[in-house]
Amino acid sequence: MITYGVVLFHTTSAAMRAEKLVVKAGYSVKLVPTPRQFSTDCGIALRFEWNHQHKIKAVLDQAKIECDAIHLLGNEDA
Amino acid sequence: MIYLDHAATSWPKPPEVLKAMADALERAGGNPGRSGHRLAIEGARIVYDTRELVAEFFHVGDPLRVIFTSNATHAINLALSGILKPGDRVVTSSMEHNSVMRPLRRLEKNGIRLSVVPCAPDGTLDVDEFAKQITFDTRLVVLTHASNVVGTVLPVAEVAAIAHQHGALVLVDAAQTAGAMPIDMATMKIDLLAFTGHKELQGPPGIGGLVIADDVNVGEIEPLLCGGTGSRSESEEQPDDLPDKFESGTPNLAGIAGLQAGLRWVVKRGVEEIHGHLQEVNQALIEGLSALPKVKVFGTSDSRRSTAVTSFTVAGMRVSEIGLRLDEGYGILSRVGLHCAPAAHRTIGSYPEGTVRLAPGALTTMADIEQTILAIRNCIRP
Repeated sequence: MITYGVVLFHTTSAAMRAEKLVVKAGYSVKLVPTPRQFSTDCGIALRFEWNHQHKIKAVLDQAKIECDAIHLLGNEDA
Repeated sequence: MIYLDHAATSWPKPPEVLKAMADALERAGGNPGRSGHRLAIEGARIVYDTRELVAEFFHVGDPLRVIFTSNATHAINLALSGILKPGDRVVTSSMEHNSVMRPLRRLEKNGIRLSVVPCAPDGTLDVDEFAKQITFDTRLVVLTHASNVVGTVLPVAEVAAIAHQHGALVLVDAAQTAGAMPIDMATMKIDLLAFTGHKELQGPPGIGGLVIADDVNVGEIEPLLCGGTGSRSESEEQPDDLPDKFESGTPNLAGIAGLQAGLRWVVKRGVEEIHGHLQEVNQALIEGLSALPKVKVFGTSDSRRSTAVTSFTVAGMRVSEIGLRLDEGYGILSRVGLHCAPAAHRTIGSYPEGTVRLAPGALTTMADIEQTILAIRNCIRP
């Protein structure tokens, strides 16, 4: 079992940019449909392993990518 | 057939462009930024990757400042309508295409103050004369990077430096130069660059963009269109986030994929190399035409100050007749008339008849030019 979190963005472009940078930084992430419990936005969110939360946030901050929010998603089978 | 109408649209497109467009619809057919399924994500990836490539190509740091539009005209309208308010002063040149002139004339009726600075008959712009018109209350300077009638390259960087001293923004119409010569927005201090995908960037028609420099305050630019963006869907107000603020409605995914493939084609060959080649064939064209009797060549005779666009007329012959003879008799495709740029034709002295325009492309050969010169020689024999 892996505990996941999601980063929500204001735009799809920001999500795409974030995915590229985070993957480049060596983290395994996946773009998923934005979970409805966190946002009424349509579009996509970046799912990541929760224990990388701070490092991923640092990558986004360094690139000045504005994210809407970061949420704990819970456990899912890998 | 010898296609010499690349200034209107490049042809043929690289096979990679056609393949990328088909692939985008087949493999990544989802609506980018709307749905969250794999096809939509693949679509969004194509769009984002293209943004990055465009930003890199024009030397802008933030890919989200690449705004996709349908063409250069759309991008110019977005910039002009988005920035200008009644009372604002705008300075432009007399070599502009109607994509600039018509929206400006319309905005003039709504209260902007427009100053059109005359260029010389060879299409060149006197920076000092232009600078006199840039005053402290000038909001925007609009310049074509190169004339679509005679190819003359305008001194964008010099004008931008002066414009910035007066606090004005600089919008450049790069329809003729994007992909045909290097454009570095950071070094040239261009604030807004309008480009089209279907000319020397080798992409399909229906895709272009407005690139906004990193230090321009986008809060001062109003969107041209409002609508769905896939983001902040809970709100009925247009979002301020880039690029969504300026990109309402479903994007042209196939067009963007084609633009990406075209850009890669240009980057692979090298825009410097393409520029060198275009100058070489254009110089041969100018020299060949100038040696013909009864032929008048317009524009600067120095191909280093010009893109590969050359206009000419023949004494005693209608331009339409020359164009038709070249097409029917020799399979040489040109464009005759006023080229949507009446102000430019008035400047060079070819209004209202217009000219025959020959515009080679990246794959035009010296043999093509030789054949063209021979054909024109034959056409003008009595």
